[in-house]
Formats: sequence, structure tokens, C-alpha cells
Amino acid sequence: MTSGPSIQTFLLEAEDLLVSIEETALALSPGQPVGEPIHQLFRAFHTLKGSGAMFGLENVAAFTHRVESLLDGVREGRVPVTTELIDLILRAKDHLEALLATARSPLARREPAPPSDAGQPVAVEPDGTDIAAALEALLTDTSPAEEGKASQLLAPSTHIPNRIAGSLQTYHIRFRPHRGILAAGANPVALLKELRTLGPCQIVADTTAVPALEELQADHCYLAWDVTLVTNAGPDAIKDVFIFVEDGSELSIQPTGPAQSPADPSPVIPSAAVEASAEPPQPSPASCTSAPTTSSANPESPPEPPGKASVPRTRRPAAREASVRVPSSRLDRLVGLVGELVMNQSRLSQVAAGAGVAGLVAPVEELDRLVAELRDNILGIRMMPIGTIFGRLRRLVHDLAAELQKEIDFVAAGEQTELDKTVLDQLGDPLVHILRNSIDHGIEPPADRVRLGKPRRGTIHLTAAHTGSSVVVTIADDGQGIDPAAVRARAIERGLLAPEATLTDTDLRELVLRPGFSTARSVTNVSGRGVGMDVVKRQLDALRGHLALTSQPGHGTTLTLTLPLTLAIIDGLLVEVGSEQFIVPMSVVTETVELAREQRHRRNGRRAIAVRGDLVPYVPLREAFALPDAAPELEKIVITCLGEDRVGLVVDRVLGSRQTVIQSLGRFYEHVGLVSGATILGDGRVALILDVAGLIRATAYHPPSPSHPPRSLPPPTPTTPLTTKHL
Amino acid sequence: MNTLLTDIGQYITFRLGDELFAINVAQVREVLELPPVTKVPTAPDYMRGVVNVRGKAIPVVDLRRKFGLPPTPDTVHSRIVVMELDLDGEPTVIGGIADSVHEVIELEPGQINPPPRIALRWRTDLIQGMGRRGDDFIIILDLARVFSAEDAALVKEPSALATVPA
Repeated sequence: MTSGPSIQTFLLEAEDLLVSIEETALALSPGQPVGEPIHQLFRAFHTLKGSGAMFGLENVAAFTHRVESLLDGVREGRVPVTTELIDLILRAKDHLEALLATARSPLARREPAPPSDAGQPVAVEPDGTDIAAALEALLTDTSPAEEGKASQLLAPSTHIPNRIAGSLQTYHIRFRPHRGILAAGANPVALLKELRTLGPCQIVADTTAVPALEELQADHCYLAWDVTLVTNAGPDAIKDVFIFVEDGSELSIQPTGPAQSPADPSPVIPSAAVEASAEPPQPSPASCTSAPTTSSANPESPPEPPGKASVPRTRRPAAREASVRVPSSRLDRLVGLVGELVMNQSRLSQVAAGAGVAGLVAPVEELDRLVAELRDNILGIRMMPIGTIFGRLRRLVHDLAAELQKEIDFVAAGEQTELDKTVLDQLGDPLVHILRNSIDHGIEPPADRVRLGKPRRGTIHLTAAHTGSSVVVTIADDGQGIDPAAVRARAIERGLLAPEATLTDTDLRELVLRPGFSTARSVTNVSGRGVGMDVVKRQLDALRGHLALTSQPGHGTTLTLTLPLTLAIIDGLLVEVGSEQFIVPMSVVTETVELAREQRHRRNGRRAIAVRGDLVPYVPLREAFALPDAAPELEKIVITCLGEDRVGLVVDRVLGSRQTVIQSLGRFYEHVGLVSGATILGDGRVALILDVAGLIRATAYHPPSPSHPPRSLPPPTPTTPLTTKHL
Repeated sequence: MNTLLTDIGQYITFRLGDELFAINVAQVREVLELPPVTKVPTAPDYMRGVVNVRGKAIPVVDLRRKFGLPPTPDTVHSRIVVMELDLDGEPTVIGGIADSVHEVIELEPGQINPPPRIALRWRTDLIQGMGRRGDDFIIILDLARVFSAEDAALVKEPSALATVPA
């Protein structure tokens, strides 16, 4: 039972539980009456304790036991919900995470697991004594009766229910274990024995499913059990008994009313029945237990919603879809294969179109459709809701705000927005940077905010939404915004800007995104060392993303991140310049227009073309890429749009849309800012994928200041100090 | 000087100008005729572009330019040597264009001398050793160093055609 795979399963499950603990704890607010969140927390810790003990992780079990005791106190109303309590729960969660990491690392050493696990030294206080002490303190503050309990470590869930005050109740439990339960290492008899510790019970085995001897498989479990149990423990406690076997097993727990059922022949019943009948009858015995754990101890607590109460969910919604955990490397392999398939398909289509064989057209078209569907489905598997990283961010805001003595509300929306896992994995760090900046530089201390006539608590809004084939994430705070004058002074001080340079406010704000820049007056723990926003920008560039910043001094800053849905396969527009072909990501293309030779000469210091009344600057790719041959009479301009910026790319011909499997150009071309990757075309040639953001940056067109002559495109030099206005 | 040289090794020889070079076969994946190369704009001169090697876009280095030799037009003998190198712990596939590729030879450790320190046109830190074959000397390259170095001009005297650092 303690073999590798099952402890791995436990660790994965524990991870989920810790995440849910964190979420739930962060949702608590001080002074809140005892309700479902507390129960959820209790159950999560309880599960951790039980499975921890089962896998021999004594330290995990012992530690969770203490937390559980405290939470039990909360459930019973002896310990109030305070900020201190919430912090303690969070710290306990962190400590558990560290404990689990150490439990994982020997495994990681045995098998080649991701190095991040084994490589990072885990900073664990050896036994989490200070947290434990704090837990005890909080508990004993209000109830000295809990002494000593924390030191004992018992088998899971035997003692807990006994402590729960509540009225006696009869339950009918039907348990039909999964056939393979014995092979999985569980022992139904032990479960039934554990059930007996909850109270007197009568167990009847149902043998109807046992087959004839010749069909009987010795290692299958054919039995089911009907149990009538009289207990004062709640349905949670009963459910907990079966917690490790409920997957695949059939389990129903029905309260049949207060314990005076005449049908119950149990010899122990009379005394219990007397005790029970002394209590007022339960309000709705059929559907609800009305939270027996809290009813006596905490009368003002609201009863649990009746619909939920009959069998509270311990881990996940009962009707969840079956899901499979698959290592992401397998998905990556699958995506790689689909990429090759798409490539071959486009070659096949091209050959079939040229071959002129009538019988070939229909099957190739059909194959085309199937491949496209397969591609969408496989890329869909890797899509994950962005909400999976919101929890971590919420925690960050909570911790940092406390550390900096600021009061901040974190409001997230669009958790369901889905992104490719590879994009998502790389999005966490930039978001952390941005939030740190907002909290440290943006939101003012409460006293200042009050003086400025703002609400005492600052707010950070995090929103995610789809637009076309991109995901837009905005982070908006209502802090002090970015003061252009301060940025300017700082940029001059840092040598990033010539003192005589005249810059627009927009330019100045963009300076914030450059390396080595920080306007924080003092270096704090959190930020101000001049790293941050440029890192964010670089990380987003690597993701083919785009970062825009707007700020209103005194009112706050908004950062807008535009990210591609996926990094693997995109729709592209194939264009040709001379003999070279390029792909423009379709997501940024808005239209194509013609550029005649006479229009080309009509420039006065800048190149722009009127598109539906707007002047759009354009870049001749032939010039930008120094291609040798001469331009044709009539050129095409592909108009691209990226955030606020629009730019036209002048090409010879537009060849149509192509499925584009993106390949990285690797380290030798990582400084090339104008292309972001390569793809193999149907005819086997390699086409480069244009980095429109890079092109826009390199051409740096600013409408309000036409005094600057158009420049030829230099190779991007990201670290040189800024002395002119190009960014 | 290097553990690789303590055993009998197999080397692929290729020519740049009139000089014969060798690379350990363990670092060579295949040798291909020169396919159409897609140029990458604004990349350094010695980075010729990318080619399609069985569905993968592989960067291609013009070894002549990389080593600071005068460029010549490609010929029918020009080949791409596709190499698999471990650069800073990162497995990297890269193609190198050679004037011609010759044969696989075996060299015993005794046939390999450390690079002479004096009177050499070549930068010794990019050379693993000098293989002796009859009266000929073959330059055995330390490829990981060659491709990690920003400026890998092998020829010491500055030349107008030396590589331009990125």
C-alpha cells in the first residue's frame, strides 16, 4: 500500500487539497459565523491527516491533527474566526506543503522526476513547532479543555466523531465496494469495524451478487453490506470512514430519523432511544441532519442548506466527470505529432490539388477536415482555465498587503478563460511581478488613501477574457498611478534618457518597462531593485505576447497583457517578398490593401497610408529585411493590429492562409527581434514567422511627433541605454 | 587534456579552403546536400539561415564565416554537417556548411597531439587537438566551444571578412 504509485496519488491529491484549503481560507473573513467554509477546511485537513497516517507520514498526520483540533474548536464556536486564525491556517498550509515536498523528494531521487522538486532546498522548520504552538495558543485561549489532545496521534477518524456533540441519529448505510477493492489493498472488514466505533450498529451482508463457484474470482469482492447505525456523529464522520474507497464504490448514507426507529432491533438501542427522545425532534429528518455538529454548541449559526446536507461532499462534487491525470510530456508529444500531421496534410493537399486526379479530391478534403478537428481537440486537451493560477496570486496579495501594512481587495474575474498549459505555466511569474509592483508602488498606505479621499482599502482587479485567438489579461489597481515627471527625472538620473529629450507621456510610461528602472524611492523587500517590469516584458515577448500600460496619475494603473491561446499551432497568412516567404500570425491581421507605386512616393518624412480614413504607418519588409530584388509595380500592405498599434507590412504578394506549426528558432537566433519562429511549408521550405510586436517596436512610429525621420531597422539592441525616443 | 582523446575515436573529416578539419562522429547526426536555406533577417553574417531537416527547422552556420575565412560561393560539393551538441547543458542541433565532406577516419590517442602553442594561424582554445595522418595534420575542433563563443574567428589576424559579433 505504501508503494510508489499510491503515495504519488496521495501527494497529488494532497496538492489539490492544499490548494482548496488556501482558497477557502482566503475566502474567510474575520467574525464570520461558522458555516460551510469551516466545514470544508475541517474535512480537508481531516483527509490529509488520515491519508498522511496511512502512508506513514507521521509528521504530516501529527501536524494536521493540531490544525484539525483548532478547526474543531472553530466549528463548535469556541474559537472565533479572526485574521490571526486565517493567517495560521495559511501558514499551516505552507508548512504542510513543505512537509509533503520532503516526502516527495526521496521519490524524486529514485526516479528522474522534474528537477525543480528535488533541486530546490525545502525550507522547513523541522517540525513546525512555532505554528503548532500558535495553534495551541489560539485554542487554549478560549478553551483549556483541549490540552493533551494534540499530542496523541490516533488512527484517523476514530476519536473525532466522539467529540462532536450532537443528538443521536439513525442512519441506514449501504456500501457496495468496488470489485477490485481487495486488490487495491483496502479491507472492507476494517471499514466496518471502524464504523462500529461510531456507535452501535447492525451489519447485514448482502451476498446476492456472489456468483457460482466456477465463475468466482478469488480476489474480487462480491459482497455488499447494509448497516443500521445509531450515532451522534454527523454524516461527515460516517462518510470519512469510507473516504479512501468511495471511488468506484457504491455508498449511500441515509438518515432515517432520530434513534427510536421501532424497526431497529439493536439491543443497545433502548438507552440511546431514551436519550434521543429527550431531545426535541429533528425538524426534517427525511432530508437533512441540520448540522448536528453545531446545533447545540453554536445556536446562532445558520443551518446548512438542506440540499447539501444529506451527504456532504468530502472532496469533490459527487457527479464530477471522470478525469485522468496524464503527464504533460505525453501531451506535448501528442501535440508534436499533430503538428507533423498537419504539416504533411498540407503537403498532401498541395500535391493532390496539382495532380489533377479526380478521385483524390474528395478523400483529401475529408482528411483535411479530420486533421483540423483532431488538431483542435488535441490542443483543447492542453487548455486549462487561468483560474488555476489565481489562487496563488490571491495568496500573494494577501501576504504582501499584510507585510506592507496595506489594505487591499483582490477581485478576480474570468477564471474560466482557457489558455494552453505552456502559456499558462509561463504566465505566473509575469503576473506575480505585476501584482508586486501594484501592491508596492501602486496602492497607497491606508492613511494616505483616506487623506486623498479614496476608499481606505485599495482594489486590484484581475480580469481574463478571450478576444479572437488571444487572451487578454488586465491588471488594474486604483493606486497612485505613474507620475510622468517622476519617471522622467528617474530616467535622466539613471542615464536612460538624455536630459534635453522631449518625450510624450506615453513614452515616459513605456520607460517603466525598460531594464534597470524603478521609481520606488526606497528599495524594499518587495520591489525597487530595478528588476521587474522589463522581466515581465521579456517573458511576454517570449510568449509572443504583448504588454500595454496605461496610467492616470492619482487614479491607478492598468496593465493589459495580450497572449496567444497556444504556442503550438496558429493560423497564419502566407506572404511573399521577392523569393522569400513569411507567415504573419492571422490573429493580428485585420485586412490587406494595395499600395501602388505612386502612393509610395507620397511621403513627407513618414510612411503612412490612409485606410478607411485613418493614417496607418507601414514598413516595407523588403527594406526591413534588406532583401536584394526590386519591388513590383503593385505591392500589398497587410494591415496588422496589436493592442492600440496598427502597422502595415508591405509585401509583394499575399498567398493565403496556412495552418502554421510553430517551431522555435533556437538560441542562435534569439536576439533576432523581427521574427518569432519558423514553420515548414507544404513544399518543404522554411518560412519565418514575423514578430509583429517586434516590427512595431523596431519602427517605433509615433503620430504626434513627425519631426523624427524614418530610420532603417537596426538589429534590436535591448540593453543599450535609451538616448533617442525609440523604444 | 580531454577524456575524449584517451580512446580510439572516429572522426568525420571536412574541408574549408585548403585546411582539413575533423569532428568526432558522436557529435554528428548526418551529412546532407545543401538544401535551400531560408535567411533570417538581421542575424549575424555567419548565421546562414534555417533549413528543413526532416520536418524540423535547423539553424545553419556558415563555418567559413564563423571561423573568419573568406567566403566562397557554394558548390556541388558543399554539404551541411548536422551536429548534435551539448551547449551549456542544452542539447542543440545545428548545421554547419563545409566546402566538402570526406570520410570517417579512426584516430588513436597516440595520433593526436595537443595543439602547438606557437606559430599557428589558428586560435588554439577552439581546437581540441591535431590529428596526424601520414604527413597531413587534421584540426580537431572543440565544437561546444566554437558554438558557445560569440566571436569564433579561428584565424588570429583580423580580416575584413572576420565575423561580426551579434
